[in-house]
Amino acid sequence: MNFLEYITLALTSLRTNKVRSLLTMLGIIIGVASVILLVSIGSGLQAFITQQFASLGANTLFVLPGKVDLRSGGPATPVSKFEISDIYDILHESEYVRLAVPGVIQQATLTAKGNTASEQIAGIWEDYFKIASYEANYGDIIRQTDVERTRKVIVLGATAAKDLFGDTDPVGQTVTLGDVRYIVKGVLVAKGGGGGLGSDIDQRAFIPYTTALRQFNLTRPYAIFIQTTDAKTVAQAAEDVKRILLKRLKPDDFTVLQQTELLNTITQFLSVITVALGGIAAISLLVGGIGIMNIMLVSVTERTREIGLRKAVGGTSQDILIQFLIEAIILSLVGGLLGIAIGSLGAYAMHSFIQTQVTAWSVGLAAGFSTLIGVIFGVAPAIRAAKLDPIEALRYE
Amino acid sequence: MTDLLRLSGISKAYEMDGVTFQALDNVSLSIQKGEFVAIMGPSGSGKSTLMHIVGCLDRPTSGHVIIEDRDISTASDRELAAIRNTHIGFVFQQFNLLRKTSALTNVELPMVYANVAPKVRHDRAVAMLAEVGLSEKMNNYPSQLSGGQQQRVAIARALVTNPSIILADEPTGNLDSKSGKDIMAIFEHLHAAGGTIVLVTHDESVARHAKRIVRIADGKILSDSGKRKRI
Repeated sequence: MNFLEYITLALTSLRTNKVRSLLTMLGIIIGVASVILLVSIGSGLQAFITQQFASLGANTLFVLPGKVDLRSGGPATPVSKFEISDIYDILHESEYVRLAVPGVIQQATLTAKGNTASEQIAGIWEDYFKIASYEANYGDIIRQTDVERTRKVIVLGATAAKDLFGDTDPVGQTVTLGDVRYIVKGVLVAKGGGGGLGSDIDQRAFIPYTTALRQFNLTRPYAIFIQTTDAKTVAQAAEDVKRILLKRLKPDDFTVLQQTELLNTITQFLSVITVALGGIAAISLLVGGIGIMNIMLVSVTERTREIGLRKAVGGTSQDILIQFLIEAIILSLVGGLLGIAIGSLGAYAMHSFIQTQVTAWSVGLAAGFSTLIGVIFGVAPAIRAAKLDPIEALRYE
Repeated sequence: MTDLLRLSGISKAYEMDGVTFQALDNVSLSIQKGEFVAIMGPSGSGKSTLMHIVGCLDRPTSGHVIIEDRDISTASDRELAAIRNTHIGFVFQQFNLLRKTSALTNVELPMVYANVAPKVRHDRAVAMLAEVGLSEKMNNYPSQLSGGQQQRVAIARALVTNPSIILADEPTGNLDSKSGKDIMAIFEHLHAAGGTIVLVTHDESVARHAKRIVRIADGKILSDSGKRKRI
């Protein structure tokens, strides 16, 4: 018997039991569809994060004090050893650095019109807004003259402005930080979404760097924000920054962080989540496989006489084995294909709510896995069928 | 004339719950080409076991089974399947047609295992069904056929591979007397055309159609009307 004959035979027998075949496939359909759907959500999330990072600027570097390991985290409160001269050194000595600004960051409570909000306050230079690609929605950003004159002005992130002033225009109003009054100079355009470092990037407030040093009683920059000439020179710029800082500091005193590094860590984390989601969904595939085995065993018993007759007219044990195995494989393969179709449709339907992405590997995996399930769970019933003694089988009532 | 089928010193023992049961005890039997033989005996006499061995569904515990000069006592399962396919045509009491396939497909079945091309298979099955008078009912399912018609489909299926021996096990056992007579007429016709038929029955009136009657009891041959007779 050739392969095509086996397939025709299996299809005929599955067609004669349409409802049963469909119900048996349902387990595999649901399993495969959920694998496709969950993995597409995970992949969509990854793509979304990558896009967000790209919009934040792929050509940026941070320098933070202490040894920061993205996987294990750094010391709780690293002590900064940066000097303001480091920023000038970096700007002058690296041809790949376009902008570099110092920054201090503190969590503090802001009060305005009786509303209070705990915000992240950053003291920066004017160029920071270019590096972070922030623009003023109302009013203006912090200018370098504000820094030079240590002005008590503040620029609010969109969420911070809403927290303190509700829907009214805050520009020109007063905000109290500690016991110092600041004039609101502007409000930034909302960036939306969670920030790369886990905080809401719109829930921030910015004051001039010099003002911040005085306000928080500091003498040194806590961080250095850098924009490189373009996205391709990020690595060279990072090397330059390290080399320049090492002239004065020890390797453990600072860490140069690249957006891409951070992005890699997050994508790595998300891939683990995606695979885990796929794995959980794959359990339902397993249950579907057991369903196939169950039905095939019933089918073998029901068709005992047929098996006996097939053997009597010349079918070998191998013919019978292949016949039943192929039936199981077709059930799971067709179920798998239907599952892929339904899962992809589901992912498409969800596209308007969350970003989804049907990946080739999840489709391939689901198709391969469901076929494998057909083989694994089809083998036992097929062996039982093949082993039947034709005499006993023909007598079976 | 050489023997088409020769059984020499066949014994078959079954072990059941530790008790050995001797189904066949040193049976020797030769059948020539073109013979119409009835094997008779009460139930438990060993006639079914004998038929299974002749039909290559089973192997003897000892002794030799030679079909067309080929000793099949030691053949593998795969070889036995091939011999059943090419040399033996079975007709059962229960017809044993595949319920959910047409008469035509049922007749095609042995040729599927013989690797006959689909077109040839179809043509031969159509011709064979015409021969048993079922041209009109080719596409009917077994459930749409009478018992007699179903048995005729089964005979067409048995004949379609042009086997050396037709083995019929109580072929009229499930039929009314009219259909039974029709079926026996087909066997008579087949015999007249030179076919070799081995008929297993306990019905004297059925056995009477055969030209030779072998009676068996307790695993031994009691009498053989055709012994040493040559056709």
